Amino acid sequence: MTVLALGWPGALGHPFFLHAVLAGAAIAAASGMVGYFLVLRAQVFTGDALSHMAFTGSLAALAAGIDLRLGLYAATIAVALLLGTLSRSGRADDVAIGNVFAWITGLGAFFLTRYSTSGGADNAGAGVRVLFGSIFGMSAGQAGTAAAVAAGVCGLVLAAFRPLLFASVDEAVAAARGVPVGLLGYGFLALVGVTAAEATQAVGSLLLLGLLAAPAGAAQRLTETPGRAFALSTVLAVAEMWGGLSLSYAVPKMPPSFAIMALATAVYAAAFAVGGWRRRAPRLAPA
Amino acid sequence: MLIADGTAGWSWNPVADLQQMWAFPFMVNAFRAGAIVAVLAGVIGWYMVLRRQSFAGHTLSTVAFPGAAGATLAGVGAVYGYFAFCVGAALVIAAVPRAGRESGGGEEAAVTGTIQAFLLGAGFLFIALYKGFLGGVNALLFGSFLGITTTQVQVLAVVAAAVLLVLAVVGRPLLFASVDPAVAAARGVPVRLLSTVFLVVLGAATAATSQITGALLVFALLVMPAATAQNLTARPVHGIAASVVIALAVTWTSLAVAYYSPYPIGFWVTTFAFAAYAASWGARLVHERLGRAPDRGAAAAGGAPAWTSGSVL
Repeated sequence: MTVLALGWPGALGHPFFLHAVLAGAAIAAASGMVGYFLVLRAQVFTGDALSHMAFTGSLAALAAGIDLRLGLYAATIAVALLLGTLSRSGRADDVAIGNVFAWITGLGAFFLTRYSTSGGADNAGAGVRVLFGSIFGMSAGQAGTAAAVAAGVCGLVLAAFRPLLFASVDEAVAAARGVPVGLLGYGFLALVGVTAAEATQAVGSLLLLGLLAAPAGAAQRLTETPGRAFALSTVLAVAEMWGGLSLSYAVPKMPPSFAIMALATAVYAAAFAVGGWRRRAPRLAPA
Repeated sequence: MLIADGTAGWSWNPVADLQQMWAFPFMVNAFRAGAIVAVLAGVIGWYMVLRRQSFAGHTLSTVAFPGAAGATLAGVGAVYGYFAFCVGAALVIAAVPRAGRESGGGEEAAVTGTIQAFLLGAGFLFIALYKGFLGGVNALLFGSFLGITTTQVQVLAVVAAAVLLVLAVVGRPLLFASVDPAVAAARGVPVRLLSTVFLVVLGAATAATSQITGALLVFALLVMPAATAQNLTARPVHGIAASVVIALAVTWTSLAVAYYSPYPIGFWVTTFAFAAYAASWGARLVHERLGRAPDRGAAAAGGAPAWTSGSVL
């Protein structure tokens, strides 16, 4: 790690790397925070559905000839609210979610064909860019917008932290105490939608699930105190993002998305080993 | 709009159209492969939906993509990559204890999601390392029915026969273990072993299926006909039969339509399957309104058939 860190002053001289580091940190922080609640509320599959929606939304926007980000945000937020409505009525289980998003993926293939047959070789790579991300291709403006949106998400999650935690851990009691559980659920899903759209620009729609699930899963393995786990999830996400970026800078053949995912998975696997050991330890002690 | 390589568009004479379509060996192979895949996905998918393991099924199917990309990079047949990755991921998911279920299954889902994202990232790495392969990405992800060889159909048939044989052997205990794991375990049914066997079989089926529909869309064929069938009937044998029939109808219709359209087969498969699913929902709602639903209590309890309620999740 230190060797990679030494390369940073040089790497930061490149605008593309600087943009990636700034936007990446903001995106990772938002993903880590939102991901913590996603895992806590057992809504990871919803996050997966949103990642597929991000793919279809961006390609629909491209096929329609408008800004990709417009489709990205509109589609993910709309589907997040739709999924919220479906689960509120108690009908949508994983089968219903699976059906809807399998079809949405097919629709994405449709828009991809429309778009890539309309504009030649340059358009043909669009699908790959959306699916796997291109964080090193961000302009200063894009990075600034991404950082601002992510900062907004982080602020909202922090502001709603206590009631959201209460509603996630014990919905019935929270509702009885007057916490607006339904509203929080909707608001949270909308935030997940925004985060999914954000993260898609960095790691791509297929991989954003890793950014949402891995740091949060690792953090919850390492500590059971909610506040600590939440902070740890955020820190881990940012560290994995920066580590992945430098790894990818050091080894140019390695796409940044892969480096970030590999690091996140390695950290999760390590947390699994350590956490499993820690949990078994007290049981051995009294004997 | 309606362009297919070297063929005229469709006429209003279906018999002539079919003859013309089947004059191409690749189309005949596509229909054969489609039939095998539909039967396989219909049966396996029914158990998957029953066990509420859609997320695991989805992960296993996406994992086919890095498998194929990795095999291409290594210079071996994509088939080996499909099977190695799908069955390998099935074993990893099976190895993770399902104890997290009590806390809402958050941890199991987090592990599954991480595996999925990591392997997809690995697939992207393989593609980045293998220059010039980029055009193949979309085919790997969204399927292509144009290049199916007779050998592929034969391999597919062998795999399907093996998978169906295993399912025929474990079918009844697996049903029991899926519907009520606690009671099944108490009666001496090896629930954990069955769960592992099922995941491996699911992995093998997705590996076989993704060669036709692409990694991202196998899941559609697994989940949609099965969910439609479970909307229509709660009885296992009828349900599996309905699931297979729907999968077959969807696959063959999609192949025929995709032949005349510029859009990928995956789009048509998901669209027709989703239409069937939506129609089954509508039919079910009408049925319930008319008060002739066979099990109204279960329907009100959350949409699962009576004998699945309160069991799996």
